[in-house]
Amino acid sequence: MALLEATEIVAGYGETDILHGVSISVDEGEIVTIIGPNGCGKSTLMKTLAGLVRVRSGRISFKGEDISGAPPERVVGKGLCYVPQSANIFASLSIRENLEMGAFLRRDDYRDRINAMFELFPDLALAPGRKAHTLSGGQRQMLAIARALMLDPSLLLLDEPSAGLSPAMFGLVFERIVGINATGVAMLLVEHNAKEALQMSSRGYVLVSGENRLEDTGPELLNNPEISRLYLGGR
Amino acid sequence: MRDLSRELARNLPRPPAWWTPLHTTAAIVIIVLILGILPVFKMGLVVNGVFLGGIIALGAIGLSLVFGILKFANVAHGDYMITGAYVAFFFIDSFLPLLGIESQGLGPFTFGYPLLIALPFGAMAGALAAMALDSLIYRRLRQRGASAAVLAMTSLGLAIAIRGLVQIIWGTQVLHYPRESRQVFHLPLDVRIPPDNIFIAVVAILLVISVYLLLTKTKMGKAMRATADNPDLALVTGINTQRVIWATWAIGGGLAAIAGVLLAVSQAQLLPIMGWKFLIPLFAAVILGGIGNPYGALAGAFIIGVVSEVSTQWINPSYKPAVAFAIMIVMLLFRPRGLFGGSGSG
Repeated sequence: MALLEATEIVAGYGETDILHGVSISVDEGEIVTIIGPNGCGKSTLMKTLAGLVRVRSGRISFKGEDISGAPPERVVGKGLCYVPQSANIFASLSIRENLEMGAFLRRDDYRDRINAMFELFPDLALAPGRKAHTLSGGQRQMLAIARALMLDPSLLLLDEPSAGLSPAMFGLVFERIVGINATGVAMLLVEHNAKEALQMSSRGYVLVSGENRLEDTGPELLNNPEISRLYLGGR
Repeated sequence: MRDLSRELARNLPRPPAWWTPLHTTAAIVIIVLILGILPVFKMGLVVNGVFLGGIIALGAIGLSLVFGILKFANVAHGDYMITGAYVAFFFIDSFLPLLGIESQGLGPFTFGYPLLIALPFGAMAGALAAMALDSLIYRRLRQRGASAAVLAMTSLGLAIAIRGLVQIIWGTQVLHYPRESRQVFHLPLDVRIPPDNIFIAVVAILLVISVYLLLTKTKMGKAMRATADNPDLALVTGINTQRVIWATWAIGGGLAAIAGVLLAVSQAQLLPIMGWKFLIPLFAAVILGGIGNPYGALAGAFIIGVVSEVSTQWINPSYKPAVAFAIMIVMLLFRPRGLFGGSGSG
């Protein structure tokens, strides 16, 4: 049974549908990447899975439970945590407060978890009292991921984790993503740097105009000449 | 006009890097002291202004918190104030005497000790009313995706409705809390302080400290700041935003209600229109401090309090609201993000 199974999802904003029946699945411990042109609905799909955008038809099941239409805080509570592409930290709160908010649903003592995050992202440990808006782009991204990891999720949704980062920085972020995945956290990734993302993914989906176009293993997608020409910057 | 204000803003000398709002406050206090001793104006007015500022602060902090989290200007805030003041009056005048608790003097204060019992009940009434109105009205509007303008107009309607209800229950005539004493403390520089003002100051200081601790030390307070900062992220972080909103209303409504009681004590009267009239200094303080920034609102409250009191030395006291209003307009033109710039959600 897949960890996350979304079937025939229709969703959108206002009068317009953005997703016209998208189906994806993520297995335990997998890294899955979604690629596609701008405006194909990748971010909308992420928001829909996280419960921020209402599902108009179709079904999302997570750990075998129907979560279509569940409010975001219930989705999060089940272990599906989401890192938005932008505005993904509480800018006016300190680093430590951001992590504490990540643990909002935890009733137990989460200090160990905060320390684990500081070990994973040593940059954050330098000055935990620093306000998040003073951090660099890379540090923000790390804080955003650390915040989402506070609940010990089984699936992490990452929307463009490399957006706006220098090549050196996104190398580091990707390295961390692989490292976190190795601890058993499944990842669903939307990524502009499709080549790098597919290299570390077990599977990938190509989304076009709110519909599934293609689904294959990471290496197969990388070798697909059409995909290569359209989304991986040619050759 | 816009270019002129930008030009002026650019040519103002920039403070050094170590300059904090605390320095600004200290500088203002020193300047005021010098001018008061000279004497450019009566020091007594300044002192009165500080006490008035304490009352404004309690209302303005709540108003600013509500704005930060719900993103609309709650025009009914003044009427949450009188709700508290009238409920406290009900306790002092009707309910406590039924229990055999009659008003008796309490030290040098004008009010008797029943006010101390009535005050928390007034605060609770304000908090519960604010929470109930959110559940009955604002929550439904939010679920329908109502804009900030719709929410603000709704609060205008509520302001009028609440005042109407108060008038139906308690009438339109002036009421008073019992007055048991008429002492005044005399200080140097011809400053006279009614003992009640000491009480007002103590209550205001305790509450401001409590709100500060709540916002910085408790989980709910941090969740309130997080929600004000980034509502969508708060949702996907698992923060129960409806609970945050209720907490915000409880604090805002409770503080407003206490401000209402203190205002009725300091003005020695209780009128249904009082809360509505108090909106101008409230909004002026909030705007001065930077909309949505509760600490800024605190500073703004004291500035508005002192300036509008001192202005009565030269102009008719009935123009006090106009002074607050003028400050508000000047701020919106030249520093729309408040005295302290972009901190908070501004």
